[in-house]
Amino acid sequence: MGLNRFQISEIAIEPDTLRSELLNKVAGAYVSFEGWVRNHNEGASVQALEYSAYKVLAEKEGDRIIAEALDRFEIAGAAAIHRVGMLAIGDIAVWVGVGSAHRGPAFDGCRYIIDEIKERVPIWKRESYENGPDQWVNCAKGGLE
Amino acid sequence: MKLTIEYYAILKEQRGRGSESLETPARKPAELYDELKARHGLSLDRTTLKVAVNEEFAEWDQPLHDGDTVVFIPPVAGG
Repeated sequence: MGLNRFQISEIAIEPDTLRSELLNKVAGAYVSFEGWVRNHNEGASVQALEYSAYKVLAEKEGDRIIAEALDRFEIAGAAAIHRVGMLAIGDIAVWVGVGSAHRGPAFDGCRYIIDEIKERVPIWKRESYENGPDQWVNCAKGGLE
Repeated sequence: MKLTIEYYAILKEQRGRGSESLETPARKPAELYDELKARHGLSLDRTTLKVAVNEEFAEWDQPLHDGDTVVFIPPVAGG
């Protein structure tokens, strides 16, 4: 993982490694966000989940989001990583870490990065349910979540 | 004009493949999607999609060129 980069990963996300890489380079405050696979979505019981991405453009757009966060907030460094492939309940789907001299910008920058990732980065989620057919989340609803 | 088209997520499932090369009269991404939607019965309305040309976000009415790679981007669901 690179500092100030966004990465798509086929393998499990390891927050401790990511955290220490970030802390080696920045000091003061550190804020992170982890998105976990949950066992329900809109009332349906989720059994399995698959993320896929348009990797080249996802990493470009993710890098742009992090560059924007560095520009807008007084943060020293940031990184983010998103899983693709089959995930199990409780697996980490996305991780965002931000380092800063002070906590305020670290919180703000972290929030900005995860919100923009969800909005802009070409990643898709396919859920399998206990009852009912698989579904591409958000796709059929025309992007209105 | 010959183009490469890549499909992701629900569009990949509906098209039954991840990519194809195509000889087409379409001159803009909008025309190309309308053609493919009709031919393959793709369910998503174009207004819900974004489009990328040669690995960068693009406009629906920008001119396409021979050899371009076009990707239609369904509503995203990361995070």
